[in-house]
Amino acid sequence: MARLHGPLGWALLLAAGLLFPLLARNDYHLTVMSTAYIFALATLGLNLIVGYTGQFNLAHAGFMAIGAYTLGILTVDHQVPFWWAFLAAGAVTALVGWPLGWISLRLKGHYFSIFTMCVGYIIFLVIEKWESLTHGTVGVIGIPAPSGIAGVVSFDTPLSLYYLVFFFLVVGVWAMRRIANSLLGRTFVAIRNGDELAEALGINLMRNKLTAFLISVVYAGWAGALYAGFVRFLGPDLAAVHHTFDMTMYMLVGGLGTLIGPLLGAISVPWITQYLQFLQEYRFIIFGPLLILLVIYMPHGIVGSWLAWRARQASLAAPHNQEQPRA
Amino acid sequence: MLKIEHLTKRFGGNAAVNNVSTTVEEGKINAIIGPNGAGKTTFFNLISGVHKPTSGTITYLGRDITTLRTDSVARLGVARTFQATTLFNQASVLDNLIVGHRLRTRANLWDVLVGSNRLREEERVCREKARAALEFVGLSHLEQRMAGDITQEERKRVAFALALSTEPKLVLLDEPAGGVNPEETVGLAELIRKMVKNGLTVCLIEHKMDMIMSLADKILVLSYGEKIAEGTPAEVKANPAVIDAYLGSDHADI
Amino acid sequence: MDIFLQQVLNGLTLGGIYSLVALGLTLVYGILHVPNFAHGAFYMVGAFASFLLMDKLGLNYWLAMLGSAVAVAALAAVAERLVFHPLRHASGLHPMIAAIGLLLFLEAGAQALWGADFQRMSTPYTGIIEMGGVTAPVQRLLIIGAAFTLMLMLHLFLTRTVMGSTIIAMAQNREGASLVGIDANRVAMLTFAVSGVLAAVAATLYAPINLVYPAMGHLVITKAFVIIILGGMGSVPGAIVGGLIIGFAESFGAFYISTDYKDIIAFMALVVILSFRPQGIFKQGAH
Repeated sequence: MARLHGPLGWALLLAAGLLFPLLARNDYHLTVMSTAYIFALATLGLNLIVGYTGQFNLAHAGFMAIGAYTLGILTVDHQVPFWWAFLAAGAVTALVGWPLGWISLRLKGHYFSIFTMCVGYIIFLVIEKWESLTHGTVGVIGIPAPSGIAGVVSFDTPLSLYYLVFFFLVVGVWAMRRIANSLLGRTFVAIRNGDELAEALGINLMRNKLTAFLISVVYAGWAGALYAGFVRFLGPDLAAVHHTFDMTMYMLVGGLGTLIGPLLGAISVPWITQYLQFLQEYRFIIFGPLLILLVIYMPHGIVGSWLAWRARQASLAAPHNQEQPRA
Repeated sequence: MLKIEHLTKRFGGNAAVNNVSTTVEEGKINAIIGPNGAGKTTFFNLISGVHKPTSGTITYLGRDITTLRTDSVARLGVARTFQATTLFNQASVLDNLIVGHRLRTRANLWDVLVGSNRLREEERVCREKARAALEFVGLSHLEQRMAGDITQEERKRVAFALALSTEPKLVLLDEPAGGVNPEETVGLAELIRKMVKNGLTVCLIEHKMDMIMSLADKILVLSYGEKIAEGTPAEVKANPAVIDAYLGSDHADI
Repeated sequence: MDIFLQQVLNGLTLGGIYSLVALGLTLVYGILHVPNFAHGAFYMVGAFASFLLMDKLGLNYWLAMLGSAVAVAALAAVAERLVFHPLRHASGLHPMIAAIGLLLFLEAGAQALWGADFQRMSTPYTGIIEMGGVTAPVQRLLIIGAAFTLMLMLHLFLTRTVMGSTIIAMAQNREGASLVGIDANRVAMLTFAVSGVLAAVAATLYAPINLVYPAMGHLVITKAFVIIILGGMGSVPGAIVGGLIIGFAESFGAFYISTDYKDIIAFMALVVILSFRPQGIFKQGAH
C-alpha cells in the first residue's frame, strides 16, 4: 500500500487551503481554485474505481452530471431547498449507479471500459434529448446558491463558496483516506493486482467492485451537485466524455492509485492551463502527448514515482533480522 | 477430505478434463502430475470454482462444492496458489499479506467510515496473521522489503504465506517450485512437509519428478484430461501407462 | 413499400460506413489487443485530409480519397511506432489511456487548424436516380458500392496476398508467427496502416452527406466499438455483419421510432446484449 505523507503533510495541505484566499489576488482566482476543488472531489472518486480497483470507468462524468442535474431540477423546477436537493443528488446517483454498476462490472478490462463509454454516451444523449425533464440543450438556469446555515453563514460570495467547497473536499479526502488505508481499500487493491488471486483469497469480487463503484459515483454525484450550486447553470456538456478524460489526466499526472496524486493533479493542472491561457481550447495539443509520455515513461505519475522511490529507500534501510533457517 | 467423482469439463468440443475420479487424502501430500496440456490446472480450477464442471461432483468434507463460487470455496477452507503470483510490487511484503485474512473478517464500509472497534480489531488480527504466516515460511526478515524486489523463490514462499493466512484446511499448490533452482526446490519441499506436519492437507501440481517422488504420499497421473494412474510413488513409477505418456516428451527437469 | 425500400437503402449506406470503420478497429484489436480509441480521430483526419485536398489542391473526389487514405495510413503507422509499440507489454489500462491521449491530441490539433465549426464537403455526384419509386441519391449508391468493393478487396488482400496472410497468422498465433520469421513489428505497423486506410475511405465516403468537424469521430467510433464487441473482436465477417445490423437498426429506428434517440439504438443494443452475454454474441478465439 502506498505510504502517505503522514499527518504532517496533510496538515500542511490543510493549512495551505485555508490560507489560500489570502494569497489569491482576486475573486477570479478563488473561482478557479473552487472549480478545481470540485473536480478534485470527483477525481478522488474516479481514482477509487480506476486506480485502486483497476476498472476504467469512462462514464464517470455522466454520473457527475446526474448529481448536478438532480440538484438543478429539484431546486429550479420543484423549489426543493438546496441541502435536501444535495442529499437527493447523492441518493439518485447511487440509485442509478447500482444497476449500471451491477451490469457493467460483470465485464472485465477493455469490455468494461467500452461498455461504460457507451453508458456515458447514453447518459449524455438522454440529458440532451429528454427536454421535458432536463430542459435539453437549453440547460438548467438560475440554480440557487447553497443555502446559508441558520442565517449566520451565507454562501453567496466567492470567498464563502470557496470555503464551502474546500470543506467538502477536506471531508471527501478524509473519508477516502480512511477507505483506502483500511482492509476495504486493501481488498480493492488486491482485486486490481489480480482478481483471480483475490477471489482465491475469499474476496467476493462482485460485491467489492460494486462497493467501490458506488462510492466512486457518489463522489461524482455530490461533486456535480456542488458544481451546480457553484456555477448556477447546467448544460448537457457536463456529461461529455472529455471531462472524464480531463480527470484521467489529473490522476495520471499525479499518480494513479495514490491519494495525494489525483488531488495534486486536479489542483495543479487547471492552474497550468490557466497560465497558458491561449492553450485553454487546445490544451490537449500539449496534454495529449503528455499523457502518452507519462503512460510510457512514468506510469505511476509524479507522486506515484516519488512514493515508490521513497518506499524503496525505506525498505533498503529497514533493519534485517538474521535470515532464519529455511522451513 | 476431497472426493471427486466423474469430473468432466468441456470447452467447446474439447474435453480438458474427462471423467476423472479420485480422492484427496486428509493430512497427506497429494500430487498431480502429467505431461503438458494434461488438464492439471483445469482440474484445480474446477475444484476452486473458477470453472463449473460440465458433469461430475466435488465433495469437500462431506459437502457438495461442485458449483460453488471461488470465494465461497476459499471461505470453506480451500486455499490455492497460482503459477504466477500477482503481488503489489510497489508495496512491502507484509502489506501484501494483510489482505490474506480478509475473508475471516466482517467489517464493512460503515465500519470503515466510522472507524469502529471491530475494524480496528480485525485489522490488528489480519496483521498478526500475516506476520505469523511470513514467519512460518521463514521470511520474517523480508517483512519491509518491496514485493517487487524479492527473488522468485521468495515470491513462491510469499504465495504460500498468502494461502496460509486464509486459515485453510486444504491447500492447492499450482507448480510451487516453478522457476526455482534445485537447491531452493528442496527448501520448498521441506516447507510443504512442514505445512502437513502442522495439520494441513496439501495437493500440488508439479513437473519436477525428483521432488514429487520424494515428497508425495499419493500421486494422480493425468494425460489428455484423463486419469491414467493413481497410487504411491513406487506404484506410479512402475506403471507402464505412465511411462508411455511421458515417453519422448521432456519429462521434468531434475 | 417505397418508404421501406428507402430505409433499406439508408440502412445499406450507414451499414457500409459502419462496417468499414469497424473493420479497421477489429483488425487492430484482434491482432494487437489494443482497443484503439484513437480510431475515431483517424476517421476525422481522413475526412479533413480529403476536404483539404479537394478544397485547396482542387483534386477530384477519388484522388483526394486516395491521398487521404495514404496520409492516414502513414499517420496510423507512425502512431503505432510511437505510441503503441512501447506499450505492447503494458497492462490493460495504460494502452487505453495512451490511445485516449492520441485521440485528444489529434482532435485538438484539428480544432486548432480548422476551428470547431462544421465544414461542408461538396459532393461531386449530386444526381438522383429514381428506381421503382425509390429516390436514390447517387452519392449513397456510391457509398454502398465503394464500401462493399473495399471490403471485397480487403478480403482478397487478407486471404490471397502474402502480406495479408501474415496479418491473419499473427492474429491467430503471435508466437508461432514470429517463429516462422514473421516480423511482428512490421505486421503491427501494416495492420495499423490498413486500419487507417479503411477509416479514411469511410470518412471520405460519408462526409458529403454529413459534415466535417473535429469531433465527428466520436459517435462513429463508439458505435464501431459496439459493432466489434457484438461481432467478435478480431472477426472480419463479424465486423461486416455487425455494421450492417447496426446500420439497418438505426435507419429503421430513426424512421419508425424516433430520429432523436436513434443514436442510442446501438448503445442500448450493446447494453442489453452484454448484460445477458458478457462475452459478446460471437465468441472469438483471439480476444
